Amino acid sequence: MRYLPLTPDDRAEMLGVIGAPDIDALFADVPAAARKADLFDLPLHAGELEVERELAQLSAMSRPAGAGPFFCGAGAYKHHVPATVDHVIQRSEFLTSYTPYQPEIAQGTLQVLFEFQTQVAALTGLDVANASMYDGSTACAEAVMMAQRVTRREKAILSGGLHPHYAATTQTIAHAEGMEIVRQKAAIDAEAAVIDAIDAETACVVVQTPNVFGVVTDVTRIAEAAHAAGALLIVVTTEAVSFGLLKSPGEMGADIAVAEGQSIGNALNYGGPYVGLFAVREKLVRNMPGRLCGETVDAEGRRGYVLTLSTREQHIRREKATSNICTNSGLCALAFTIHMTLLGGTGLQQLARINHARARELKAAVEAAGLEVLTPRFFNEIAVRVKGSAAQLVDDLLADGIVAGVPYSRLDPHAGLGDVLLLCATETTTSEDIAALKSALTRKAA
Amino acid sequence: MRFTKDHEWVVLEGDVATIGITAHAAEQLGDVVFVETPEVGKTVKAGDAFAVVESVKAASDVYAPISGEVVEGNTILGDAPETVNADPENGGWFAKVKVSDPSQYDALMDRPAYEAFLETQ
Amino acid sequence: MTMQNIGRPTRPEGDAASEGFASLTGGRGLLQDEPLIFELGGWTKTGVDLPAASEDASDLAGLTRASLDLPGLSEPEAMRHYVRLSQKNHAIDLALYPLGSCTMKHNPRLNEKAARMAGFADLHPLAPVATAQGALELMDRLAHWLKTLTGMPAVALTPKAGAHGELCGLLCIRAAHEAAGQGHRRTVLVPTSAHGTNPATAAFVGYSVQEIAQTDDGRVDLADLESKLGPDVAAIMVTNPNTCGLFEREVIEIGRLTHAAGAYFYCDGANFNAIVGRVRPGDLGVDAMHINLHKTFSTPHGGGGPGAGPVVLSEALAPFAPAPWVVSGPDGLHLVEEAVDEAARAFGRMSAFQGQMGMFVRAYAYMRSHGADGLRQVAEDAVLNANYIKARLSDVMTPAFPDGPCMHEALFDDAWLEGTGITTLDFAKAMIDEGFHPMTMYFPLVVHGAMLIEPTETESRRELDRFCDALRALAATAKLGDLERFKGAPHLAPLRRLDETLAARKPKLTWKPEAELA
Repeated sequence: MRYLPLTPDDRAEMLGVIGAPDIDALFADVPAAARKADLFDLPLHAGELEVERELAQLSAMSRPAGAGPFFCGAGAYKHHVPATVDHVIQRSEFLTSYTPYQPEIAQGTLQVLFEFQTQVAALTGLDVANASMYDGSTACAEAVMMAQRVTRREKAILSGGLHPHYAATTQTIAHAEGMEIVRQKAAIDAEAAVIDAIDAETACVVVQTPNVFGVVTDVTRIAEAAHAAGALLIVVTTEAVSFGLLKSPGEMGADIAVAEGQSIGNALNYGGPYVGLFAVREKLVRNMPGRLCGETVDAEGRRGYVLTLSTREQHIRREKATSNICTNSGLCALAFTIHMTLLGGTGLQQLARINHARARELKAAVEAAGLEVLTPRFFNEIAVRVKGSAAQLVDDLLADGIVAGVPYSRLDPHAGLGDVLLLCATETTTSEDIAALKSALTRKAA
Repeated sequence: MRFTKDHEWVVLEGDVATIGITAHAAEQLGDVVFVETPEVGKTVKAGDAFAVVESVKAASDVYAPISGEVVEGNTILGDAPETVNADPENGGWFAKVKVSDPSQYDALMDRPAYEAFLETQ
Repeated sequence: MTMQNIGRPTRPEGDAASEGFASLTGGRGLLQDEPLIFELGGWTKTGVDLPAASEDASDLAGLTRASLDLPGLSEPEAMRHYVRLSQKNHAIDLALYPLGSCTMKHNPRLNEKAARMAGFADLHPLAPVATAQGALELMDRLAHWLKTLTGMPAVALTPKAGAHGELCGLLCIRAAHEAAGQGHRRTVLVPTSAHGTNPATAAFVGYSVQEIAQTDDGRVDLADLESKLGPDVAAIMVTNPNTCGLFEREVIEIGRLTHAAGAYFYCDGANFNAIVGRVRPGDLGVDAMHINLHKTFSTPHGGGGPGAGPVVLSEALAPFAPAPWVVSGPDGLHLVEEAVDEAARAFGRMSAFQGQMGMFVRAYAYMRSHGADGLRQVAEDAVLNANYIKARLSDVMTPAFPDGPCMHEALFDDAWLEGTGITTLDFAKAMIDEGFHPMTMYFPLVVHGAMLIEPTETESRRELDRFCDALRALAATAKLGDLERFKGAPHLAPLRRLDETLAARKPKLTWKPEAELA
């Protein structure tokens, strides 16, 4: 048992120091009825080779995104991550440290968080960002509950362009806290319906851009309508690379911006772990959920960083905390920060333009294959209307070795949009991939 | 000046009560870093949580010792919360309340009674 | 002979004492004083070579941003920046990390390797399920292990951390009460020694929280519990082993009383490491329990996360588990993602996708490596190590509960520091100078000046002795009145004690250019 340093002699001697006759004596407080004498019905310990072999076999049973033409987006994105990122996050001092509660011996983690918060604030165009949430969807739910604390109103309006999983997560968590969640009908262009729905009871409106259908929206008018009614605007972004090209949420009037940060620095991981970005205007900072890192000085006057404003948090305020969140997504935030530092502002802008160009090539190919593109203004994702079922089309094209995107019905089977297919292209998508999709779609149409 | 068992103090001038936390409370809290004073116009009942005081290690509710309508919050505390430590029973006041029932004031402890109460803690 | 006296000196010269010595540039030898990336001047730099892109974004006219002011660094600069920062962190790979309730154990690198295999790491959460069979199979196997180890019939894998798992468990409980016409139950009972997340989560779900008293021997006060259990109580939340490091001897009675009152028993599984392989929570009457994969099953803490908090559920709560989950069908494994048919009673969704797959892989690799026999040994060695520390320190420090064994963590109070002028915090900071991370301090709240030490099973006897010797030496010094050693501690860390008051009074949460600060 390679992870256990004690030898049988150690154990015997240590029991002697303790003054216990045997190990069972240390479990004396466990009721007899609950003590298991035998081993559970599970395999016995295994060597590294054996375990690695089993996991490699399981891994080989799936088809990775990089195995061929691949067009899935809709909340998670395939991007290239520089090798430096994965090396640094596996350094012992980052990988195997705890939450930086002892700042004197955690300045590495804390300075990274300070850099992360500053990067996220700049990307979202807002004043302050926290040190990360679990992911974009839970950050969205937290933002809605924060709006309730700030406005003391109970109603949240979720735009029809919001990712259905984000809407469902928000509905589950924020409704649990007693809020009224109004989920608008799925719509390619949801702006007008959102503005119409805002009233004097509205705590917040939640709008995604680019939305789940890929539509890029200037939300300035929604911000104006929300503010006129005393409500907050929450802007959601699932594709963080889009911050490199599009107007920032802050520039368009958002009070809170939440985003999925997976695209920068993090792998697809079949859905997690990811990293939620959460930024707000300065005046809202004391109502924020999650950890915050702040600058200060040490006893000798040297600059340093600490976790701060922690009286908002559960370990101090208990049932009056702004959130129950404790664990964050520290290592994923580190990966985000390193990748973002390698890119810099210029690199991210370049990367975003490449993504947009790939998507324009994709759109042209899909149109040439005779399909209707529904997304008027897009970043790197488009929604397409297919003949018949989108889910069936994806199954059919899989036989050609092509993963042709996400059928909208997978996200929401009740929307009546069974013929809508969501397609995404990034810098990892090649012209050959797009040509293969085009010829397969053309063949199906024939 | 009158006191509560929750360590608030009150001074009544006419029908306006000035409310803060006692020197003992300020010392126990340690360095005060943030105070949330109540909104002007808000009606409070004696015993309601009506303000929040935060130190680095704790956040505590402050209870209204007396019922009435908030007429003023101490804006100085926004930029200088340390005033609560430096001058708790004067410049570090939290809010002024126009009282609805002045008899509540007489029911509170005077200083000797409060000091005797602290002895028992 | 030929005299050869040219060359470098080969023994130290000069005054050996270098107290008060400072470098000319601010660093400390290998520990460099590292600026923020915003101070390194790379405002137009990038460390990534990208192909040229068309500058044409005319289709997005009016929707694009004018500028993005963020610095970049070349690859060698970025590497150096982050490696220098890393050297300012303590880590489990450096020394014993005795944070009670946090289970800082060795993180096997096989798990890291496995999590990066393409079939897990490069798999899109919405990839057709036919192309994700290996991942679904792994989730299914992980679920089987978790259910077997806890003796519970169902598990919700999706919660992303312990507190998220608590939320999931309480939402199951609320849904079950509502389905049974018991929606009026609005109170959750929580012992005073609970983690802060317990009352925070209960309040989050809209429950009011009532505290249960603790007995003098650090357990739930049964009489107090019984008096508070009533028709308004939805659940109790009890950590077992509890945060004093003690097993709740009356846990079966706690469960019986709770169920008799029509409430559910939520167990906080943060301390599962103490009993894994030896005790099944299902045998204790538990209805729901989250398992912190980042504690018991060794997925790395990563400086604060990510974690993973799957929740095991009893028969009564299983139908209300959130989507999605894995089911087996004639053509392989599937994901049930929507509230229809068999998922009709699901209370909703905890997050966008399937949970922390990367953590599932690591935890599964860890379980497979240990096996049924190794996991049982994990609990035994964790408990043995904690009791060994308690035994070796009890004559110089004061154990909060001296009678009987502890489980996986040893709790001390600060009675032994009385009269020294030294606080728990001072003592903990002095541990940093000796090369150890402080223990959990001032928690649980029920013990004055608490010091909660959890060594875990991955410490060797040699490291345990090194740790105990250091604490004994510090304790002796404290009693001799060497105040400066403690009040000024840490002296040898990258930084001295930090001013948290300043940070909270004048929050500086992002870097700003000097012009803006002025």
